[in-house]
Amino acid sequence: MTDILMPALSPTMEEGTLAKWLVKEGDTVKPGDVIAEIETDKATMEVEAVDEGVISKLVVPAGTEGVKINAVIARLDGDDETPSSKPNGGATPEPRAETKDEPAPAQAKATNNGHRLRAPEQAPQDAHEPASLKDPDLPEDTTYTKTHVRDALRDAIAEEMRRDETVFLMGEEVAQYQGAYKVSRGLLEEFGDRRVIDTPITEYGFAGLGVGAAFAGLRPVVEFMTFNFAMQAIDHIINSAAKTLYMSGGQMGCPMVFRGPNGAASRVAAQHSQDYSSWYAHVPGLKVIAPYDAADAKGLLKAAIRDPNPVVFLEHELMYGEQFDVPDIEDFVLPIGKARIRRQGDGVTLVAHSRMVKFALEAAEELAKEGIEAEVIDLRTLRPLDTATVIESVKKTNRIVTCEEGWRTFGVGAEIAAVVTEQAFDYLDAPPLRVTQKDVPLPYAANLEKLSLPHTADIIEAAKKVCYREQA
Amino acid sequence: MASAAKKPAPQPTKTRKKRSHEPAKAELLDFYRDMLLIRRFEEKAGQLYGMGLIAGFCHLYIGQEAVVVGVQSALDSDDQVITGYRDHGHMLACGMEARGVMAELTGRAAGYSKGKGGSMHMFSREKNFFGGHGIVGAPAPIGAGLAFANRYRGSDAVCVTYFGDGASNQGQVYEAFNMASLWKLPVVFVIENNQYAMGTSVARASAETEFSKRGISFEIPGEQVDGMDVLAVRKAAHKAIERARAGDGPYILEMKTYRYRGHSMSDPAKYRTREEVQDVREHHDPIEMLKKRLLDAGHATEDSLKAIEKEVREVVNDAAEFSQSSPEPEPDELWTDVLVEARRS
Ligand SMILES: Cc1ncc(C[n+]2csc(CCOP(=O)(O)OP(=O)(O)O)c2C)c(N)n1
Ligand SMILES: [Mg+2]
Repeated sequence: MTDILMPALSPTMEEGTLAKWLVKEGDTVKPGDVIAEIETDKATMEVEAVDEGVISKLVVPAGTEGVKINAVIARLDGDDETPSSKPNGGATPEPRAETKDEPAPAQAKATNNGHRLRAPEQAPQDAHEPASLKDPDLPEDTTYTKTHVRDALRDAIAEEMRRDETVFLMGEEVAQYQGAYKVSRGLLEEFGDRRVIDTPITEYGFAGLGVGAAFAGLRPVVEFMTFNFAMQAIDHIINSAAKTLYMSGGQMGCPMVFRGPNGAASRVAAQHSQDYSSWYAHVPGLKVIAPYDAADAKGLLKAAIRDPNPVVFLEHELMYGEQFDVPDIEDFVLPIGKARIRRQGDGVTLVAHSRMVKFALEAAEELAKEGIEAEVIDLRTLRPLDTATVIESVKKTNRIVTCEEGWRTFGVGAEIAAVVTEQAFDYLDAPPLRVTQKDVPLPYAANLEKLSLPHTADIIEAAKKVCYREQA
Repeated sequence: MASAAKKPAPQPTKTRKKRSHEPAKAELLDFYRDMLLIRRFEEKAGQLYGMGLIAGFCHLYIGQEAVVVGVQSALDSDDQVITGYRDHGHMLACGMEARGVMAELTGRAAGYSKGKGGSMHMFSREKNFFGGHGIVGAPAPIGAGLAFANRYRGSDAVCVTYFGDGASNQGQVYEAFNMASLWKLPVVFVIENNQYAMGTSVARASAETEFSKRGISFEIPGEQVDGMDVLAVRKAAHKAIERARAGDGPYILEMKTYRYRGHSMSDPAKYRTREEVQDVREHHDPIEMLKKRLLDAGHATEDSLKAIEKEVREVVNDAAEFSQSSPEPEPDELWTDVLVEARRS
């Protein structure tokens, strides 16, 4: 007798829906036969039998949702001569650190109003006025729809493609496959293969082709399957896209977006997990955006597509499956270059972007229990950096901790620490501290990966340190 | 190096094993065992992934076993091998231990990269296996570089460089082709054409779908090989490798093959029909085809093949158990191997 277990079918899957059984009790199966269909967080997958035998019992009925991986879903009477047919008895799965599609944090609701609506053309040069928690421009009676980050991104692209015929999407697996991470789901069907274009695996080539199309007045949205692969294209992003306006004395604009998931995914090791925030934020001629929630993802991607400059738009794979409220507002566009205060406080300033905002908010809740009210600033845009909002906050809290997923050396936190010491030195009661990934390539092993990446606890520890609180 | 093309053929640096195009009975049985080992190993890896013991990206080689086993049989121990992320089969064929490969997959200290590399990034200096690379196309120039080093040292060792049909569209592949041919580097480019790059079929991504011709503008000859037939693979590989060894420069072997499983573990595989997969499995399976050959020629009996199967399963089950019982790396390992520390004498 062999147990057939609920399989993990993606790096981020924790549980799934057993959509359909394709076998019934009493059926004989052999390796490779499809026995069931399972819906994961990303797709519907077929499950194949690994062993030969007769299905003696279907333990989990079709249609069951939330079946945890490794739960027994069926039993097989097998040929006991084949030792491999025994799942390794008693083996328990590794706890899959940081892979959970966690529910949206409680704070998400409270921050719905944090958006400032503004036409992106009036670029936020007036970033001196700090972002407010309450956005006066968002009507009181605004309604919201819970939206996955991946769908918010898709909606942004779709809306801009409807609005502007020159916008097109190009990248690996974006069309027929519906996106490697399902961000472009449905776009091929709506816009056709003239505007939703599958490319060969030629990042350097299609990034350059996108630049050419942008020089000629189109507005390409170039998707990198992940930013790790954009390393092959970084020459075009920097040498061709970012510098040409300057070198042509202002003649040649490059209105385009380079987008895709950035940062650590789950257990995919060093070549597939890297945070490029500081790399791109270093480059004049680029704008760099790294949103946290679904509303910002939507509002800022729309702004990025409309922006007349090359914009690097850094998403996060581990956020795609998270849900947040997105305002039901037609043409919801947010200003580039404006940070957002996600939580107000006067004890310490926590600065974060992308997925680290989640950890900063968690840390703030914990710190509040110990009487430290943290102010959490979500940078949202890294270039141009909204230094005014950061400085304003530090003048109030006198302490700052920066939080980023990238490496410490020459990182985003280093830049912010420099700006704060230059502009608010007299207000500081403690040296700025940086929470970052450890200064090593990201390891594969579960325990080492966890040690390497920054977490809530690291932020709490750093915050207490700048507040000169005893560590527990 | 620019004049390397005119240099005489390199001197043999080691006594080379004499091989014929047609392997003898004992070697055929080895092929059977080696292919079966890869098949069963990969099935087990898939199972462990399903149980959450292996994580991240995990690309299985099932269906393509004849390619690596046939090519490897034409190599000597000082020849080098490099490939992409679909690499478990290559490592087993190079003689790396099933235990160490599986333990890397589960992220344990006993893995080939101490648990720090995972499925896509494993290496063995001892076996001259240079990875295991996660970036599509990267093996092509690196493989040319390994061959460059052979040439530089005056060794007649050859580097076999594997990559996929999808990778063949990468610009760096052509930059590597040009230098390899210009400098007559001893490299054999093996393009594993399994007909898909993730969800993109060859026809949807490639203007020239015959990859054996991709070297024409660099004067690199090539040929298409039935990559499901281990004997055809061996024969073609032998010729190409000996040619490179003799100093006649690079060669392209396009292996027509097929992957049975999804691209990685999270591939819903909606881009092809089940019938297409089933047809290859039933009519062109590399292991079944060799099995039939062995039985027809009287080289083996059902029983003797069963005994091989049993032995292979033992190796795989032992590896699976080992990969779960060995410990995770020590936390201190996080900080090791970032740079080579200067050795104190
Ligand atoms: C530069 C780069 N771009 C994209 C990817 C993502 N990716 C991994 S495998 C793959 C498909 C490669 O197909 P192919 O070369 O045919 O090899 P196969 O998977 O079929 O063995 C893609 C697009 C990557 N790893 N590296
Ligand atoms: Mg392929």
